[in-house]
Amino acid sequence: MNATSIRDLLAAQPVLRDLEPADIDLIAGCGHNEVFPAGAFLTHEDDQANHFFIVREGQVALEMHTSTGPLLIDTIGARNLVGWSWLFPPYRWVFDVAAIQTTHAVVIDAACLRDKCDADTAFGYRVMKRFAQVIVDRLQTTRVRLLDLYGAGNAC
Amino acid sequence: MVPEMPAEAPTIANVTGSRAPAGPMVPARYRVTDHRQDNADTVTISLMPIDDPIDDPQPGQFTMLYAFGVGEVPISVSGCPRHEGVLMHTIRAVGATSRALCRLEPGSVVGVRGPFGVGWDVSSAEGSDVLIVGGGIGLAPLRPVVREVLAARERFGRVALLIGARTPEDLLYAEEVERWRAVPDVHVEVTVDAASRGWNGHVGLVTALLDQLPITPSLTTSFLCGPEVMIRVVARDILEAGSPADHIRVSLERNMHCAVRQCGHCQLGPLFVCADGPVVTWAVAADLLAVRRW
Ligand SMILES: Cc1cc2nc3c(=O)[nH]c(=O)nc-3n(C[C@H](O)[C@H](O)[C@H](O)COP(=O)(O)OP(=O)(O)OC[C@H]3O[C@@H](n4cnc5c(N)ncnc54)[C@H](O)[C@@H]3O)c2cc1C
Ligand code: FES
Repeated sequence: MNATSIRDLLAAQPVLRDLEPADIDLIAGCGHNEVFPAGAFLTHEDDQANHFFIVREGQVALEMHTSTGPLLIDTIGARNLVGWSWLFPPYRWVFDVAAIQTTHAVVIDAACLRDKCDADTAFGYRVMKRFAQVIVDRLQTTRVRLLDLYGAGNAC
Repeated sequence: MVPEMPAEAPTIANVTGSRAPAGPMVPARYRVTDHRQDNADTVTISLMPIDDPIDDPQPGQFTMLYAFGVGEVPISVSGCPRHEGVLMHTIRAVGATSRALCRLEPGSVVGVRGPFGVGWDVSSAEGSDVLIVGGGIGLAPLRPVVREVLAARERFGRVALLIGARTPEDLLYAEEVERWRAVPDVHVEVTVDAASRGWNGHVGLVTALLDQLPITPSLTTSFLCGPEVMIRVVARDILEAGSPADHIRVSLERNMHCAVRQCGHCQLGPLFVCADGPVVTWAVAADLLAVRRW
């Protein structure tokens, strides 16, 4: 798949809204399309975070292996971003990421995008702002989940 | 001379037949005809009247269920006699009275007052898209809404049902949810806080799924029930997506005693939740739930 069609795929993703068309072009230049069959791992805990993913179709699970088997921490569906370990050293994944259903994703080369962000800091700022928004949203929903909403003491 | 005793001494449970209309403060006796364990701490009981039955409840209304000798608590109707032939309540055991109600086996007798309060008014959503969001035991008062919408599916636009639970094992009405999922043109999503490998639904907060539902927020009537925090975050997200506040209905919960606007136990700001609620629009609830009052 060429960069133009990757660009079109990315432009259609609400998670990249607010970015300018030229920004999408720059990101698309670091991307390629991939399909992960159900059960396939997109990445493993402690692997180098050389990529991140924009899920176009399907669903992936963030998992962590425990002595009693893998626990699902979060599921992420279509039109969402997966991965921010690529943003900061030591660039290592904290979770396993597995496809629960057949998943179509745009895979972005992290080193390529980091270089572009460093070279054009205004672009880099806009990318970081978009990622910060996603991270804040996830942090806030995670905090609400920490309340154990459906546990005893929250009768209804 | 010792008077001859009747074969069976009259007790609260075995006196049968109707009584004079007794008013809203006197419970009617109902017999438990079915007891179903929904999950570790939640039970659905079906009831048939021994005395004159209470009026047929509307979805969203509640009754005061009296576990004789223990106490009386408000419980929403989870199945209406006109749909199911019996009066159904789904009860989570959290304290003395709800635990006593959850222990009632078929044949036991319970007191029922009601129905009380303002219901969901499902028919007013006809012609619009419908979003139903139930979290935990909050799915119970919404079950009659789902049944009513599915029974007249053609009268509504797109229909989405979003269910939140603690774990897959805590999900209420698991088999029925699968039947709802199989209905064409009804979008059902279940998300839990924690799960192990093998769970095919979602993990995360219900809000994470809102933007994936096939509804148009500005044309949607929403019905929300669950923990108050869940109601607040979902209502705000739907509002932000363009749904008018008076198209978002939420079910409120406050401690109740009389259920007939007499004792004041259920007051929330200017509302008597037993009579002005439990279902109100977000236009009414937003400020009341946002303010920390104590
Ligand atoms: C309109 C309305 C409809 C309701 N519908 C249902 C229903 O369909 N199914 C159901 O299981 N419950 C429902 N409830 C909640 C139910 O009434 C309470 O769980 C019950 O009153 C608890 O009484 P108890 O004597 O068992 O426990 P208590 O001894 O009174 O309380 C035990 C523990 O539960 C907590 N608790 C009590 N009530 C509530 C509450 N309302 N919300 C959060 N925490 C609470 C207390 O803080 C305490 O920690 C409804 C409440 C209202 C107001
Ligand atoms: S419960 Fe008594 S006034 Fe509402």
